[in-house]
Amino acid sequence: MTIEAGGKTYETDEEGYLVNLSDWNDELANEMAKADGAVLDENHWEVINFLREYYEEYQIAPAVRVLTKAVGKKLGKDKGTSKYLYELFPYGPAKQACKYAGLPKPTGCV
Amino acid sequence: MATKKFLYVNRTAPHGSIYAQESLEVVLIAAAFEQDVSLAFIDDGVYQLMQNQDTSGIGSKNFSPTYKALGDYDVSKIYVEQESLELRGLGKDDLMPLTYEDEDDDWAEKDSIHVVSSKELAEIIDQQDVILNF
Amino acid sequence: MSVLHIINKSPYDRSSLDTCLRLAQPDSAILLIEDGIYAVQKNAAAAQKVEQALANHQIYALQPDLEARGINPDNMIDGIALVDYDGFVKLTTDYDKSQSWL
Repeated sequence: MTIEAGGKTYETDEEGYLVNLSDWNDELANEMAKADGAVLDENHWEVINFLREYYEEYQIAPAVRVLTKAVGKKLGKDKGTSKYLYELFPYGPAKQACKYAGLPKPTGCV
Repeated sequence: MATKKFLYVNRTAPHGSIYAQESLEVVLIAAAFEQDVSLAFIDDGVYQLMQNQDTSGIGSKNFSPTYKALGDYDVSKIYVEQESLELRGLGKDDLMPLTYEDEDDDWAEKDSIHVVSSKELAEIIDQQDVILNF
Repeated sequence: MSVLHIINKSPYDRSSLDTCLRLAQPDSAILLIEDGIYAVQKNAAAAQKVEQALANHQIYALQPDLEARGINPDNMIDGIALVDYDGFVKLTTDYDKSQSWL
């Protein structure tokens, strides 16, 4: 599968996750969201940027339980709840946000 | 489901075979099931925890930073056999610092790595319900 | 809480047996299978540590694996017990858990 953004074509796997981490850019994330019928606002970006930082540091995409806890610590307790994250990413915060962040499917995601 | 005690025994060096990386992946996946998980590093397995691993020159993924995420996954019991370290001329200072935040102690940051003697590790093995080897 | 330690690697190729002997509690047992069988041989380099281990552990060897490797039971270290496949299964149920050293 492929996805187009800014006149360029990028390779994705069968579930729409970016194959090459280094291909990622903002425009690509917006295109991925658009394909799911979503529009990214600053709250989405906060989580997406957090995930990219987490991956940079630990080389994994965190499982949803871990993401929730870590978001609460980094972005404030009111945001470290599955309710908040599911409202932003109704297809599952770890899976959907990781996809937009250009990361592989989360490790330990069941 | 009753909680069982799982011990993952790691005895292989990190970059010469896939065992170490697979073990870490299995541990992270299993951690989602909220079992009582411990890790043991014995023999060449202690090399998995070395500081300053840099795989950029060998074209493979550097998964060593991922050990630092174990605390986030509530894996906080990491046992390293003293004899295996000594035989390899290593000490605890040669290993990556791995920590977790203790929920029962106001989230104080604590050391996950416990260097234990063979005798202590033998007792830890004895206390497990399930032992998995990598 | 006793453990059945299972060794399937030759003592001349891998450290599995040494590590197992270092980490086995006195009441635990050891079962030699596959290439682990080579540890049973008398007058061999590994024989001394196996003989010493017999003081603290029951040691079993899987007979079909012994026969497959052409090892004469007469050349087996005294005190090691042979088991067949049924005996292997029984051992795994007699002990609380198995530790299959790689």
